[in-house]
Amino acid sequence: MNFINIFESNDWEEIKSSIYSKTSQDVERALHASKIGLEEFKALISPAAEPYLEQLAARANQLTQKRFGKTIQLYAPMYLSNECNNICTYCGFSLDNKVKRKTLSDKEIIQEVEAIKTHGFNHILLVTGEANHTVHIDYFLKAIKLINPYFANISIEFQPLETDEYIRLHEAGVYSVLVYQETYHKEVYKTYHPKGKKSNFNYRLETPDRIGEAKMHKIGIGVLLGLEDWRVDSFYCALHLDYLQKKYWQTKYSVSFPRMRPAEGIIEPNVIVSDKNLVQLLCAYRLFNEDVELSISTRESEKFRNNVIRLGVTSMSAGSKTNPGGYAVEPESLEQFEISDERSVKEIAQIIVNAGYEPVYKDWQSEYK
Amino acid sequence: MQTLKIAGKEFGSRLFLGTGKFGSSKQMEEAILASGSELVTVALKRVDLETETDNILSHLKHSHINLLPNTSGVRNAKEAVFAAQLAREAMETNWLKLEIHPDPKYLLPDAVETLKATEELAKLGFIVLPYIHADPVLCKQLENAGTAAVMPLGSPIGTNKGLKTIDFLEIIIEQSKVPVIVDAGIGAPSHAAHAMEIGADAVLVNTAIAVAGDPRKMALAFKMAVEAGRMAYEARLGSIKRYAEASSPLTSFLND
Repeated sequence: MNFINIFESNDWEEIKSSIYSKTSQDVERALHASKIGLEEFKALISPAAEPYLEQLAARANQLTQKRFGKTIQLYAPMYLSNECNNICTYCGFSLDNKVKRKTLSDKEIIQEVEAIKTHGFNHILLVTGEANHTVHIDYFLKAIKLINPYFANISIEFQPLETDEYIRLHEAGVYSVLVYQETYHKEVYKTYHPKGKKSNFNYRLETPDRIGEAKMHKIGIGVLLGLEDWRVDSFYCALHLDYLQKKYWQTKYSVSFPRMRPAEGIIEPNVIVSDKNLVQLLCAYRLFNEDVELSISTRESEKFRNNVIRLGVTSMSAGSKTNPGGYAVEPESLEQFEISDERSVKEIAQIIVNAGYEPVYKDWQSEYK
Repeated sequence: MQTLKIAGKEFGSRLFLGTGKFGSSKQMEEAILASGSELVTVALKRVDLETETDNILSHLKHSHINLLPNTSGVRNAKEAVFAAQLAREAMETNWLKLEIHPDPKYLLPDAVETLKATEELAKLGFIVLPYIHADPVLCKQLENAGTAAVMPLGSPIGTNKGLKTIDFLEIIIEQSKVPVIVDAGIGAPSHAAHAMEIGADAVLVNTAIAVAGDPRKMALAFKMAVEAGRMAYEARLGSIKRYAEASSPLTSFLND
């Protein structure tokens, strides 16, 4: 059995009506429950919980400190390639966007890595589009071999791969794999992803299972906020997390909260997820799961990032470039999306310190395989 | 207060500290100094061995503070032995807090792998302090394997729930030939005092101090609690009476 079975026993509209029918009593019961399960999570992300934001935040703050202390992990994303054979209506790297495509060569990888290292990073997230003929497992293995000596911790956000490929990447030194379902609404998924391998909803949905079977240290999941109703999508994501954590119990988990940002040639968000909504969601996740890592990227504004440090977030990117070669090779090339928080790593670290937290650069030993 | 001896080394303080979760390294340093602790545990994975001025280690350079590297992050005995060797080289000590938790959710220790790693590490000359469940049988097996001390948990790590395992801790303390250090779950000075009163040799505290509103003050509170608890133990606590003593004794007729 994998997640498909659980997914198929749930119905989008039923979940939606269940979330929207939660009352303030449900919210209060959830807030005071000794164990917050999926039903309580529904209450916490429901409209009925909006007046309880301050209480949610206080509990999220306390639970996060208990588990993670007053620390924020810093990492840098590094785009290896923007070649892509998928059409995704919301993405700047979509096949039908006429942008210059680039995949970093060995020499360029080293150039980028050295530029990133000057900012003090020890955790890196490698990102690509999906171009299976050029950016494939052999390319990945070669890239990781080059990058491994520079970083204590390597995460990847590549196209979904096969289990044996994940095993090879894990052996090569990859610590974690991120793969976002974008939306759990199966019918509309197809309209957002009309062409390319990514249009296969089930293959993507089963990817975290394959990562888990490969015994990767950490799996990152999430939805693209702005596509469909964020409450329903987030419930599915929490359901996915709950399933994975029980099945692959030796694995750590992270959830990311990408909110749609402007990019070249893409659609407007279908739904607006406000700052208030996102804070509610972050806090609800923390109450639901005390040990999941919650990550906020430079997609978010300075003000928002300054303030969510204390609201359950455990890791942040900083000084990010979302174009291949963006740090050193070709700083002017086209980005996947416009980042919102353009402050330097040093500035972000100072903001974290000002909030009474310690920026953490290293929390892994690359020799632990 | 009697001094504590582990593997031939004497400690004036019976309070050991963790170095994670503090809001800054400076805050950590102040708390450790206030606690009077002479043994602090550092996760190898948090230390940047490539820079000479690592942010954590540079704040622990005090002659009375000994480092106890830990293997947090490893999932089995093989990784633990490897980590121990790295730690020995990096931190120049053969002391080791052995932590093997394959479960990243509750960070519960793996008894089988811990025993295996202890055996191997003791043979390699390490002074091993393993983090374990409050399992009296495992403690005896670890003694046979050459452990320098045992570190049973009071309750799940980071929960601040106190001595939920007290019945087993009492058995471990009663039977143990090596020092017993209660690790994990100690959330308040009163918990630490209680552990000392029942005869624990030391306690290890991290979250309760690191996440306190004023970590330095909390460290001092723990120092006092540990000393008070130990003194009470050495002074021999009055036993809790389970039966009331009848004012006309029930068995006095036997003396008639």
